Amino acid sequence: MKRVTLNIDGKEVTGEDGMTILQVAKGAGIDIPTLCYHEKLEPYGGCRLCLVEIGTPPRTRLVTSCVYPAADGLAVQTKSKKVIQNRKMLLEVLLACAPGAKIIKDLAEEYGASKTRLKKKASYCILCGLCVRYCAEIKKADAIGFIGRGVEREVMFIPEISPKSCPPCRECFPLCPTGVLESNFILAQSLIFKQ
Amino acid sequence: MPKLKSTLELEELRKGIVSRRDPNRLCFTVCSGTACLAVGSQKTYAVFEAELERQGVKDRVDLRATGCPGFCERGPIVVVYPQAVCYLHVQPDDVAEIVSQSIDGQIVERLLYVDPVTGEKIAYEPDVPFYKYQNRLILGNNRLIDATKIEDYIALGGYKALSKALFDMTPEQVMAEIEKASLRGRGGGGFSTARKWRSTRDAPGEPKYVIVNCDEGDPGAFMNRALMEGNPHSVLEGLTIGAYAIGSHEGFIYVRQEYPLAAENIAIAIKQAEDYGLLGKNILGSGFDFIVKVHKGAGAFVSGESSALMNAIEGKVGEPRPKYIHTAEKGIWDKPSCLNNVETWADVPFIINNGADWFTSIGTERSRGTKIFSLVGKVNNTGLVEVPLGTPLRDIIYRIGGGVSGNKKFKAVQTGGPSGGCIPEQYLDSPVDFDELIKLGAMMGSGGMIVTDEDTCMVDFAKYFIHFLSEESCGKCVPCREGINHMLDVLTRITEGEGQAADIQLMEDLAGMLKEASLCALGQTAANPVLTTLRYFRDEYDAHIYEKRCPAGVCKALLAFYVDPDKCQACLICARNCPVNAISGGKNLVHVIDQSKCIKCGTCLEVCPPRFGAIKKTSGKPVPAPIPEQARVIQRKG
Amino acid sequence: MVTDNSEVNVKKINHILAQYKGESNLLIQVLLELQKELRWLPKEGLIRISQELNVPLRQVYHAVTFYKAFSLVPKGKYTVTVCMGTACHVRGAPRILDRVERTLGINPGETTPDLKFSLETVNCLGCCAIGPVMVVGDVYHGKLSLDHVKLTLDSYD
Repeated sequence: MKRVTLNIDGKEVTGEDGMTILQVAKGAGIDIPTLCYHEKLEPYGGCRLCLVEIGTPPRTRLVTSCVYPAADGLAVQTKSKKVIQNRKMLLEVLLACAPGAKIIKDLAEEYGASKTRLKKKASYCILCGLCVRYCAEIKKADAIGFIGRGVEREVMFIPEISPKSCPPCRECFPLCPTGVLESNFILAQSLIFKQ
Repeated sequence: MPKLKSTLELEELRKGIVSRRDPNRLCFTVCSGTACLAVGSQKTYAVFEAELERQGVKDRVDLRATGCPGFCERGPIVVVYPQAVCYLHVQPDDVAEIVSQSIDGQIVERLLYVDPVTGEKIAYEPDVPFYKYQNRLILGNNRLIDATKIEDYIALGGYKALSKALFDMTPEQVMAEIEKASLRGRGGGGFSTARKWRSTRDAPGEPKYVIVNCDEGDPGAFMNRALMEGNPHSVLEGLTIGAYAIGSHEGFIYVRQEYPLAAENIAIAIKQAEDYGLLGKNILGSGFDFIVKVHKGAGAFVSGESSALMNAIEGKVGEPRPKYIHTAEKGIWDKPSCLNNVETWADVPFIINNGADWFTSIGTERSRGTKIFSLVGKVNNTGLVEVPLGTPLRDIIYRIGGGVSGNKKFKAVQTGGPSGGCIPEQYLDSPVDFDELIKLGAMMGSGGMIVTDEDTCMVDFAKYFIHFLSEESCGKCVPCREGINHMLDVLTRITEGEGQAADIQLMEDLAGMLKEASLCALGQTAANPVLTTLRYFRDEYDAHIYEKRCPAGVCKALLAFYVDPDKCQACLICARNCPVNAISGGKNLVHVIDQSKCIKCGTCLEVCPPRFGAIKKTSGKPVPAPIPEQARVIQRKG
Repeated sequence: MVTDNSEVNVKKINHILAQYKGESNLLIQVLLELQKELRWLPKEGLIRISQELNVPLRQVYHAVTFYKAFSLVPKGKYTVTVCMGTACHVRGAPRILDRVERTLGINPGETTPDLKFSLETVNCLGCCAIGPVMVVGDVYHGKLSLDHVKLTLDSYD
């Protein structure tokens, strides 16, 4: 397998050709925060927390490391000023979605975003899609999916499939970063499936 | 109709069609684009048919339903050839006169264009200022073609470029010509067309696809609609030439759901082209195969983004993909796919027919050729404007557009739709091309130009675009889904008088996140209208926030209406029209608006007779207290 | 004709689906045809589409709730679409919408109880030069004035 060598935060790091920046970084023990990433699933690029700055100044740009292919000679900064600024704002926004979620509170504190100026929505579902993708790609049951668009976008248990498929499985519940998935399933059971 | 099997057969067909058409024969053309249809041109066309029959001239004259020439404000438009007498606002009742007068070689004066400055009547289409100062290379043929008749297109030289490409040029030579012409994408990105074609051609993988993007979602833009409805073959021919250069044998035309006539006309064009051997297997006997399928949208602006559109063609929901590999290399089903805008494809036959040097003689060094713009909003001559790239904004808005309507003062022009920005008066001499407007924080985009005047509130205007985007965001990525929504919250509070000093910084922070962290261009450019209005109209934001005042008098929550007791003549018109019965008064009793009931709809202001002008609109100031009851009685003389 | 009659719907659904078996990439095209034919998308239609086109049901649900063209409840005989594009906006489209809402007694997204009219807004029809614009059924009404709103709607039976 061909090897590629990246420069991450000033350090030479190698990985396999075909890997993403995130995979190479993880392999070298370099920490990049993620919420929607799962090593068994196709990268999604939805949470944007894994943004890194690539290229050599002044010609740099921000890309999501979970998707960007690791190329030989690529210069990567995982904690540049721009990256930190964006992560901070993203976390401020996420805090408004899921104010009590531990993982978000911890990250927000790490990046100095512990207070949000934004109106709290407290839906707790951050639409990372881990549940939908796990069910589709790993279990191939398609019992849960997205509906709607924009702020109306939601995760929905499919009424024709979920009542039978989900109770014996439940493998996606622990994947939920904010923990709201299981509660939503219980609500769906009692209010929609009426079980 | 046997399929054409060579250039010779095509040319013979063309000669035959032309020879059967007498250029001196009277021809009545009725514009049948969607906008003219919306003001009744279908009825007008039917009346023409009946009238020609009635006057017994059906066999001596021609009647043609043509494509949109772009002067939509003045529709229904009828042009009588060969003299090209141009009639505007034609109603069914005018038809009989037009027919009889035209046959007698006369002109119906009252239906002509009138110059607003000189009062002069202008009879001939090329002399009408709106058209005169344009360079209608791409759009011009719309007026001469019935889009449902391929022979009209062939008569004007259609498919000559395709036969030249297939028989006299190699795919590489076609590529080189487009490269020499420096054609750049007309859909907003401005990417080098030749480079995109080459990337697709050189990328590994078969089959290769070519795609027409007719998802034109920018509110205020309708250039693509006019081309697809009015001259679909020009797009089809360009697409086929591109497919030949790239090595693609299958194309898709994505038409947005809101353009049913465009979808219908392109489907007819495809069928006719196939019947004539100009599409499908063994085109013109060249051995080159190319098929085209139409794919309709279902009402989502974001699906016009290249990767989203390709997802939609795959049958998935039309959301963008977070990929960093160009779709030219990995597009539909991960195969090399070349997507271009309708207008870009329409430029191709012109370049092949006339040569790259001809194309580069128009425009500026980095922006060659013409561009079609849709000039709309508070402007006198709204419609489609085609001019060389590099034409100053002022020329487009004033010389061709006739200036701001209603003699109001110009405020700004929004270019580039929701991804663009607004440009104030001091920059009106800026040339319009791919690069110049970016320096001002805006962009040319796909060509939409919306003119605003002193009565437009720029905060409300920015809010309009953010509201649009909040409904159109696919919702996949955090910055766009949440960022736009929070931006909308802030702008709404500001327009409702609840803005705070910290709001500007918050919007700037949200804007930064949108620009740098969003997954696709919708989110990345979403903040532009807000940023440009902040840059050039900060005073309006400050007035809303600190004075609770809307300078343009638009934001309802910051307005108050009251009756000027000195002007009121107690006619009761406003009281009767008030939808919530908030106005008290009577005959000879000065009217008073109950502020607690008033919903600020502005109806009273609209209906108060202009000679009285007794309704006042105010913002940022308290309404004067109503005069005491005794003082409200109007003493009339006599 | 809009109907809740499952039998009639299933027949129509089967008729349309017969031409598309297995063509998963035509999901949106099939949904458009079905929406046009039935004036809404009944659940049995979605399930059948999922089966015939070999597309996961969750993908069908996503498409149906993502795009504005689709409706999960029966729509009226005439859909009234008011354009809220920028050019129409600066020419007073919000006032037109307001008047339509009051005349029909419904909000965008809703249908009159007699199933005669459904109200929608659209973000641009491409008729900007003749704004404000309202489409009723498939007939376009341009240069609309407030007074003409009621007149136009009353002319439909």
